[in-house]
Amino acid sequence: MIPAAFEYTKPSTVDEAVRALAEGGEDARVLAGGQSLIPMLRLRMAAPTLLVDLGGLGELRGVRDDGDALVIGAMTRYADLLRDPLVRDHAPLLAQATATVADRQVRHLGTIGGSLAEADPAGDLPSVAVALDVSFEVVGPGGWRTISAADFFVDFLTTALGDGEMLGALRVPKQDGWGTHYEKFSRVAQAWSIVGVAVAVRRENGTIAEARVGLTSMGNRPLRARAVEEALAGAPATAEAVSSAAARAAEGADPPTDVWASAEYRSHLATVLTRRAVVAAGGIHAS
Amino acid sequence: MTRISITVDGVRYDDDVEARTLLVHHLRDRLGKVGTVVGCDTSNCGACTVLMAGDAVKSCNVLAVQADGTEIITIEGLAGGDGSLHPVQQAFHDRHALQCGFCTPGMILAAVDLLAENPDPSDAEIREGIEGNLCRCTGYQNIVRAVRDAASALRGAQVAEPASAVDGQMPGTPQAPPAVPSEPESVPVEAVPRPVP
Ligand SMILES: Cc1cc2nc3c(=O)[nH]c(=O)nc-3n(C[C@H](O)[C@H](O)[C@H](O)COP(=O)(O)OP(=O)(O)OC[C@H]3O[C@@H](n4cnc5c(N)ncnc54)[C@H](O)[C@@H]3O)c2cc1C
Ligand code: FES
Ligand code: FES
Repeated sequence: MIPAAFEYTKPSTVDEAVRALAEGGEDARVLAGGQSLIPMLRLRMAAPTLLVDLGGLGELRGVRDDGDALVIGAMTRYADLLRDPLVRDHAPLLAQATATVADRQVRHLGTIGGSLAEADPAGDLPSVAVALDVSFEVVGPGGWRTISAADFFVDFLTTALGDGEMLGALRVPKQDGWGTHYEKFSRVAQAWSIVGVAVAVRRENGTIAEARVGLTSMGNRPLRARAVEEALAGAPATAEAVSSAAARAAEGADPPTDVWASAEYRSHLATVLTRRAVVAAGGIHAS
Repeated sequence: MTRISITVDGVRYDDDVEARTLLVHHLRDRLGKVGTVVGCDTSNCGACTVLMAGDAVKSCNVLAVQADGTEIITIEGLAGGDGSLHPVQQAFHDRHALQCGFCTPGMILAAVDLLAENPDPSDAEIREGIEGNLCRCTGYQNIVRAVRDAASALRGAQVAEPASAVDGQMPGTPQAPPAVPSEPESVPVEAVPRPVP
């Protein structure tokens, strides 16, 4: 279908964009890569009166080294992330999850900011963001502020962005010294995950000192598998310990039942994928 | 109306468009570039793939205004001025990599895009590289063979390797199908569009 008519503006600075959003009022919408928004416009599930195209904001595109973190502009495309040596070296979990998103065409246009602002619990990057405690730098009429990953994702397709606010950049803590892995199960090529698990593990001697586990498609927003994290903290780095911790992956989750899978199946899958992801991230050998 | 200027297959076009116009409709309905086809309404099939600023994109999932200032290459712009086919087109012809042909324009441009980044892909990398393109006819076997042939043809053209040194033959030469490794074939089933709230 053809989208309903809307006004369009393409600001060239962040200030102009914030002003345009404010003037557009509540029916103004940000356009990033369009890879989620344009399908919604075509289905007329979204009918904004104004689109503010961030495509001209070079200042929001690119990856910068900032000490113990990478600062990634919201308009950095998936394809840019995959080519970026800083992301490869310091945020391999982000790179690995990004490589599983959609297909080459979608990755050429879709952005990290768009994928997070969309807040789809089936999206691959939101669960990585909660697992790594990424900080969200947002800008609006009141200036810049920071929102934690734990607070950013509020509900299905709903974020903590206020009226007239947009996502400007992500602060991704470097994972130097951590082992990481993204394990995604999907039925066919270019399909969304049925369940995905994002894991970061820090080992000390023979034990798992710390683990972070993010879950895709296991609730109305991306989740942390806290029970697994607690069970792993201080546990021996053995296959048995990982298996018994991973068995708790679905605790507290509320997975959907949909055309692809039942909630029960997803809960089972989460335990299997969590075990695999922790084993891979922690370099754990079968004993 | 928004004024946009795009270069399509080497020709510059300046037009006033409605912001809601999809790039594929602009190409087909305004510029007459009907080689680019529409195969679905869900951004899944990839039939509408074109190169925008060098990158493959689904032109049904791009607004024409987003293409302002870029260079677009469609299937109509791949062949040489003398009508000689692009190596990927030639390989699709030689390998019988199409039946109804509806997916072919997008499939070829997706392959051109993949080979620009990875000149020597494995079969698995080819299958993954074209995962955004669905074919309902061929079962993909000959498409993968064609992309493999095109890759060696393009590499050959670049470093002028003798044909015998590369995997496969130069396009245009009659050839028997190569022994296919008996790997299990994963045939993408058309993805169900993600339900939206
Ligand atoms: C065929 C297909 C397959 C896909 N498969 C997957 C998959 O396997 N995994 C996956 O994770 N995703 C998948 N996606 C979705 C894809 O990842 C989208 O590109 C991404 O979710 C949105 O990023 P975008 O830059 O295109 O944002 P847009 O579509 O432009 O915007 C998405 C939403 O975020 C808002 N927004 C965008 N940027 C900002 C900002 N800076 N500040 C505030 N709000 C903003 C917009 O207003 C809109 O509401 C798929 C999409 C398609 C078409
Ligand atoms: S027509 Fe564009 S993806 Fe199907
Ligand atoms: S040849 Fe018919 S869809 Fe591919």
